[in-house]
Amino acid sequence: MKPIATTRSATGIPTGRLAIWWVLASEVVIFGGLLGSYLMHRLGHPEWANAAAHTNVWFGATNTFVLLTSSFTAVLAHQAAEAGNGKKAAGLLLMTMGGALTFLVIKSIEWTNEIMHGYTITANGFWSFYYTAAGLHGLHVIAGAIVMGFIAFDAYRGRELQRVELIGIYWHFVDVVWIFLFPLLYIAK
Amino acid sequence: MSDTAGAATQGEHHAHEDHHGPQGLLKYIWSTDHKMIGMQYMFTGMFMAVIGGFMAYVFRMQLAFPGMNVPGFGQVSPGEYNALVTNHGTIMIFWVAMPVLIAAFGNFLIPLMIGADDMVFPRINRLSFQIFFLSAVILLASLFVQGGGFGGAWTAYPPLSAVAEYNQTNLGSSMWLIAVALEFVAFLLGGINFITTLMNSRAPGMKAYDIPLVAWMIVIASILFMLSVGPLIAGAVMLLFDQTLGTGFYDPARGGDPILWQHLFWFFGHPEVYVVLLPAIGVTIEIIATFARKKVFGYKLMLYTTVATGVLSFFVWAHHQFIAGIDPRMANIFTITTLLISVPIAELCFVIIATLYGGSIRLTTPMLWALAFMAEFLIGGVTGIFLGASGADIFFHDTYFVLAHFHYTFFPIAIIGTFAAFTYWFPKMFGKMMNDTLGKIHFWGTVIPFNFIFIPLFILGLGGQHRRIYNYQHFPELAGADMYVLRQIATIALLVMLAFQLVFFFNCIKSWMSGEKAGRNPWKSNTLEWTTESPPPHGNWPVDEMPNVYRGPYEYAHPDREEDYWPQNEPN
Repeated sequence: MKPIATTRSATGIPTGRLAIWWVLASEVVIFGGLLGSYLMHRLGHPEWANAAAHTNVWFGATNTFVLLTSSFTAVLAHQAAEAGNGKKAAGLLLMTMGGALTFLVIKSIEWTNEIMHGYTITANGFWSFYYTAAGLHGLHVIAGAIVMGFIAFDAYRGRELQRVELIGIYWHFVDVVWIFLFPLLYIAK
Repeated sequence: MSDTAGAATQGEHHAHEDHHGPQGLLKYIWSTDHKMIGMQYMFTGMFMAVIGGFMAYVFRMQLAFPGMNVPGFGQVSPGEYNALVTNHGTIMIFWVAMPVLIAAFGNFLIPLMIGADDMVFPRINRLSFQIFFLSAVILLASLFVQGGGFGGAWTAYPPLSAVAEYNQTNLGSSMWLIAVALEFVAFLLGGINFITTLMNSRAPGMKAYDIPLVAWMIVIASILFMLSVGPLIAGAVMLLFDQTLGTGFYDPARGGDPILWQHLFWFFGHPEVYVVLLPAIGVTIEIIATFARKKVFGYKLMLYTTVATGVLSFFVWAHHQFIAGIDPRMANIFTITTLLISVPIAELCFVIIATLYGGSIRLTTPMLWALAFMAEFLIGGVTGIFLGASGADIFFHDTYFVLAHFHYTFFPIAIIGTFAAFTYWFPKMFGKMMNDTLGKIHFWGTVIPFNFIFIPLFILGLGGQHRRIYNYQHFPELAGADMYVLRQIATIALLVMLAFQLVFFFNCIKSWMSGEKAGRNPWKSNTLEWTTESPPPHGNWPVDEMPNVYRGPYEYAHPDREEDYWPQNEPN
């Protein structure tokens, strides 16, 4: 039995959904501060374009495709959960986690390649921002995938199906952050 | 995401029903009860306040009597002096003002005031305290590592904070930064809980304008915190990388910019002032309405003004950076916004004064604290006008005038406001009345010396005394006998004030052991927390007696009623 407080809904919005939006609000300003700082520096240092030219757009684009696809399976999982089909929702969440894993594998190949060419986090200002921003995003991918595993486990047993939607909302956020990172770090030369 | 492992919740709550949660010592570590977590925040905050106060004692002794063997500490070296002032500031803001005013009272009051049995996410709440506790341990440990505690001021400006050769505290500065970052995470978790609880878990019948103002204020403060701290979290990651990995985010020689940190820090740092101010104002208005036996003048006005203050507080940050080399045109804009923000704050003061007008005032101990908050904060607010004007600030910057101004705002907030709240809700928290005579002795023994500490510092600041100096004997123009007299007055007043805190601790213990039983509603107040037992049981009310709400929280002296108060939960 949950506390009475958790079961009330004075606004008419389910408590979990309300909370996840506040989580996102706090995340938006974290990434906002980081990307704002990057943009100001980038505008002040046109020469960083030379460093940016060494990023690999194809790796970035593939990862964008992978993440967007994983968001699609997250939506399908939500749909299945709404219909009360916990097993199907769990399966689709596992596919989303597969997307997260693929993203991280591609990312690590890409980073290994760059580090071997001497483009480390201390190489210059651009690379510092590149690794910090993408690294912070990567941590969110990892955290989201782990939580998703717990939720899939519960959903498979038909429990707490409303959480499938919540992790989906979070996952779309992780996706949107990448949509900002990709042009700022890869495309802008 | 925030409530994974739901199966565990179910099991745990059955356990609560059967055995009232974990037993013995475990109860204090694993309790999810919002009142227990509030107490944990309160006592951790008080413990940290004692440490922060001890630090102030040590460095004030060094300033008044340079080179003396400070009793209880010994000789103060320059490095230790820097670590003491830095950690005094950090502790008092992040480990005293925030945990006590927001986390402790927010946890204790919000569910009780809105008629709920707990927070919406009790286990997130517990996690929040555990992370907070861990952060406190890391901060205290940082004082004892090799090289000593971080000494680059609580604002941690790079390059001093970023480069180990400059600050000489390789480990201390990283631990300081990690502790602060963890503390932010704890308050983000707690804040999400507060906001969601207030939005969704109100008792049936409680509309937005029936919520007691202090609950509103704590929640608005949590929102301000949440929206301002993000960039600093990003900035802290960058600073940590500068310290540990050798990146150059803040190093101009490598394409970085030290001013970036100042922007990120103050974009948080200024709203932070309002984050702690708003709960203190909320506490004050609750107490003043109760002891003036009068309806709050302009509930909605107060609420909208608070929101306006919150919005404006995001546009004033660069007034901390007038001499950092920012564009003078930008300084103009920030001067204007800074002067503008005094308008809603003045409005809040007028609302409180208008509430007092024509009331039937009872000068109990909490009421004295609430009135003192108004009087002292006003001095802090008015001296802020001098510093907000960029022209005057060029002279005042980094002098003791700034320091005295800051303490005239934060001392009323974090100390006077906290004592107001603590003495007012003590009967609810512990079920006993506090001794009023001892309470008043403690009140006068705190407020009078406080003025004797900081008025001399205003004068010293006007005389050009710079803030960050370890021993003024090395600066002939600041080492005159008249200046030393003022420094000594401040230090002696501090000693007197600290001594009077013993009265408070004695009063707490004595009242808790043998105080008069408080009953449910000793102050004849309207809000919901006074309708349950003192102290409230687990779940706050019996399940079938959860309160319903029929009216606003400040219906005192209603003409149609015999009693001069009208609790929110009484149908008529």
